[in-house]
Amino acid sequence: MAPRDDGIGAAVRRKEDFRFLTGRGLYVDDIVRPGQLYAYILRSPHAHAEIRAIDTAKAMRAKGVVAVFTGADMAKDNVGSLPCGWQVKNKDGSPMNEPPHPPLAVDRVRHVGDPVAVVIADSREAAKDAAELVEIDYRPLPAVVSVAEAIKPGAPQVWDIAPGNTCYDWEIGDKAAVDAAFSRAHHVARIELVNNRLVPNAMEPRAAIGDFDPASGEYTLYTTSQNPHVIRLLMGAFVLHIPESKLRVYAPDVGGGFGSKIFHYAEEAIVTWAAGKVKRPVKWTAERSESFMTDAHGRDHVTRAELALDRDGKFLGLRVSTLANMGAYLSTFAPCVPTYLYATLLAGVYTTPAIYAEVRAVFTNTVPVDAYRGAGRPEATYLLERLVDVAAREMNIDPVEIRRRNFIAPDAFPYQTPVALQYDSGNYHATLDQALKAADWAGFPKRREEARKRGKLRGIGISTYIEACGIAPSNVVGALGARAGLYEAAEVRVHPTGTVTVFTGCHSHGQGHETTYAQLVAEGLGIPIENVEIVHGDTAKIPFGMGTYGSRSLAVGGSAIVRAMDKIIRKGKKIASHLLEAAEADIEFKDGKFTVAGTDRSKTFAEVALAAYVPHNYPLDELEPGLDETAFYDPKNFTFPAGCHICEVEIDPDTGVTQVVNFTAVDDVGRVINPMIVEGQVQGGVAQGIGQALLENCVYDENGQLLTGSMMDYTMPRADNLPSIAVSTHTTLCTHNPLGVKGCGEVGAIGAPPAVINAIVDALSSYGITHIDMPATPQRVWKAIQDARMKQAA
Amino acid sequence: MYDFAYHRPTNLADAARLAKEAEAKLMAGGMTLIPTLKQRLAKPSAVIDLGAISDLVGIRVEGGRLTIGALTTHADVARSAEVRRTIPGLADLANGIGDPQVRNRGTIGGSLANNDPAADYPAAVLGLGATIQTNERSIAADDYFKGLFETALKEGEIITAVHFPIPEKAAYAKFPNPASRYAIIGVFIAKGPQGVRVAVTGAGNGVFRVKAMEDALAKNWSADAINDITVPASECNSDIHASSEYRAHLIGVMAKRAIQAAG
Ligand SMILES: Cc1cc2nc3c(=O)[nH]c(=O)nc-3n(C[C@H](O)[C@H](O)[C@H](O)COP(=O)(O)OP(=O)(O)OC[C@H]3O[C@@H](n4cnc5c(N)ncnc54)[C@H](O)[C@@H]3O)c2cc1C
Repeated sequence: MAPRDDGIGAAVRRKEDFRFLTGRGLYVDDIVRPGQLYAYILRSPHAHAEIRAIDTAKAMRAKGVVAVFTGADMAKDNVGSLPCGWQVKNKDGSPMNEPPHPPLAVDRVRHVGDPVAVVIADSREAAKDAAELVEIDYRPLPAVVSVAEAIKPGAPQVWDIAPGNTCYDWEIGDKAAVDAAFSRAHHVARIELVNNRLVPNAMEPRAAIGDFDPASGEYTLYTTSQNPHVIRLLMGAFVLHIPESKLRVYAPDVGGGFGSKIFHYAEEAIVTWAAGKVKRPVKWTAERSESFMTDAHGRDHVTRAELALDRDGKFLGLRVSTLANMGAYLSTFAPCVPTYLYATLLAGVYTTPAIYAEVRAVFTNTVPVDAYRGAGRPEATYLLERLVDVAAREMNIDPVEIRRRNFIAPDAFPYQTPVALQYDSGNYHATLDQALKAADWAGFPKRREEARKRGKLRGIGISTYIEACGIAPSNVVGALGARAGLYEAAEVRVHPTGTVTVFTGCHSHGQGHETTYAQLVAEGLGIPIENVEIVHGDTAKIPFGMGTYGSRSLAVGGSAIVRAMDKIIRKGKKIASHLLEAAEADIEFKDGKFTVAGTDRSKTFAEVALAAYVPHNYPLDELEPGLDETAFYDPKNFTFPAGCHICEVEIDPDTGVTQVVNFTAVDDVGRVINPMIVEGQVQGGVAQGIGQALLENCVYDENGQLLTGSMMDYTMPRADNLPSIAVSTHTTLCTHNPLGVKGCGEVGAIGAPPAVINAIVDALSSYGITHIDMPATPQRVWKAIQDARMKQAA
Repeated sequence: MYDFAYHRPTNLADAARLAKEAEAKLMAGGMTLIPTLKQRLAKPSAVIDLGAISDLVGIRVEGGRLTIGALTTHADVARSAEVRRTIPGLADLANGIGDPQVRNRGTIGGSLANNDPAADYPAAVLGLGATIQTNERSIAADDYFKGLFETALKEGEIITAVHFPIPEKAAYAKFPNPASRYAIIGVFIAKGPQGVRVAVTGAGNGVFRVKAMEDALAKNWSADAINDITVPASECNSDIHASSEYRAHLIGVMAKRAIQAAG
């Protein structure tokens, strides 16, 4: 049989794109419930203030207003705190400081944008008009915004229960072994760097509709979520005390998330609770400026690190000390990002035998910080790949060569790192070689010379990264403080005519699951892709799910689908053995047919399905009718995508403008189901990585006002900031999941930033510049050149 | 936005009458006004949409000058053969404003009435020594710009057209703000009937001329002629995207690029 053009490995056009490209998608804000009201949320204009009084009387009387609620009203109803899903422990084993997070602030506000009251009216404009009549008496308090300031003695305290603004002070690794390694070192390379704070900016702003049916007592929350079941669990169990059986959470089409739509947000609880109060649906949709000050931000680390090397440039030990900004409250998964998703990656692709990292997480009067595309792994990769380059330069070893000398060898897997992870597979030399060739690394000096003649400084930079996807297994993460499991569920429902609906607990918010999963199922069951529908996003339809983040959808969610298909095939064999009057052990399933081995006697998948639902000739004594199976898949390990990114830049020394002129990505994402979708994911990730390296920066002033509160000041990458990106893959299979897949959603955002900065430092090396912080804006690059010239002149 | 009355007059006289009402606001492309309304930063009693007054649209060359109607969009200026032939630097400038949506809606009159300190058109109008025509009078560029969002326009006065003398050489060099793409620094340089003029936008509270550069270029029309001329950083703004030192430096770089582009 010819290979299928809709199965594993085929570049199938995305099934979902027809509805998206023709404006037929259904987003939360498109939904209008009968009798729907609109919520406008009043937010703190202060970074830190005491709420002395709130007077809502005038607003209540305004035209079109149905209700005005404050934090006190929610507290009266025993509304709980927005929970944090991960507890990290301090060095001494004590638990982190975990402050409360009421959906509407009570007594005190702690960041600009902190919700204070909600006005519910029959139109958005009426709610906004009335909001101006709410009188709030604030007493401003001193604020603290940067981690460096927050840890200083005498700094304003965000929480009384968190002295020194410390959430936790955590460590990993063998400190004594690292100290010993440094005492033996021939050379120590050091770096201090900032991993800049980012604002996620999904295309679709967050939105939520709460709906309450007094007849059934059932609540429905329509929300822009990456994981509706998680929201149902957190909000139902901890915040609003609604049993799962009375709470449906539905996340229809979602226009991008990048992590920011994982978390359980105040607005979800506010509209659901309010709908129950006013007995009408209540809708809230963020304005873009609201997104800037309420969607959880990403990154925001300040780090010092040292690498000990022997005479040959072999890494002996790594020591890392990081301050991580948590913002004013703990967002849902915030504590695990700078710990278990960060420091566990510090071995990178190298054999560094001893690693020690300590991380202090700090509260500030800023928007909460949580997972954002890559979550912890971009921070680890950036640090390590910058530090390796610094070491190479200082020791006068070629940056490619120093990496090769330290790579984990292709035959060393499974490889146990000194920071808890065990890598299952990979071939770092192969991805490196492929990238060097694709980028014409050898031809660079000529291109640099040609650029010099045009007055441009050209540089080349490399990053050989690794990351960890599909966070797992549940019992291990549980031991590390996760308050949730990290399996995935899938139901494969075969219909009587042999068409199939798959219910997945993952959630596509741009990744193309409806296509990738359909390819898996079409191939697995030997049916045309048109006969497969993928359903996601609705707790009323899907058995359970943990959602989509951390590039887990294929490795974990796809594996659950495979497991459910296995069950379908097993049952199908039993049915076929009855129909074909052959022993079950003799039935083979291939290309959509159940065949008696060694004969041409067979039944198609559809015939077996029909027999299951019209069981006239059927082993009813031994087998239930129907063909519908559910599987929960709990991964055995993380998966470890890795690869090599090479960036080439040209800098205009007169203006400091950096143009990325070439970008090459060679990624090992395990088995590729749909190469077009993989390429799209890598392109998008690299765009975000270049965005972080060159453009994006979330800036607060010292009073905690957000200076980059709109697109006028926050620089999103645009098409003309990006080169065409050369993407290719090199595959080693994941050894522990049934598909051999690893994950591709985050590799771009993880691998790209250090490649870009290494290229810039290379371009500027003639000035003696050894580091530049992200984002390398024109002003920063120009200033670095000015300062270096001054130093050289002196 | 707050409630307001909406008028769409079809002739200038009606528009002028409506504009006399206190708290009324004229609207051209709405690219600046509508965001202001949406953010509730303005509360006009009425919005007078100039979009139906066809006399205010159009580009023509007559009497040795280029005249652009106030309601002409940036996109129309950018693709006009007349503009391209007479003042190519002006077409380039229009083509570098904002994004396609903004260029298709935003107008030259709206931009000049608004006088954003980082807007592009003010540099061309001042650099070319243009004349702003209103329903009441004509105003020389040198008398028109009054600093931050301030102009010589009186309450309710309507810009109807801009007259540009046709220069021998002219070009605009812009260093865009990486986020907003407005000008961090924009320099328009022209050599024409009024001599050499150098106008800078983005640097300070409003567009200004750099006399020292003008004098140097009048003597020697070459990029090298302004090598040693700097605008003091103390006269430049500072923000998260560009310090005053950086802005001052960029004035020199952009001025040279403008001269090179002008040929
Ligand atoms: C995303 C974005 C990017 C932009 N980028 C740039 C850029 O790079 N460079 C740049 O220069 N500009 C930029 N702009 C501004 C753009 O050029 C606007 O179009 C312009 O500033 C206003 O023109 P308008 O026709 O939209 O005026 P409107 O918004 O309709 O009006 C603006 C003001 O002018 C008044 N007004 C309008 N017409 C007249 C008239 N004929 N007589 C008297 N008063 C009048 C109005 O009352 C109002 O106060 C950008 C705007 C946006 C939204």
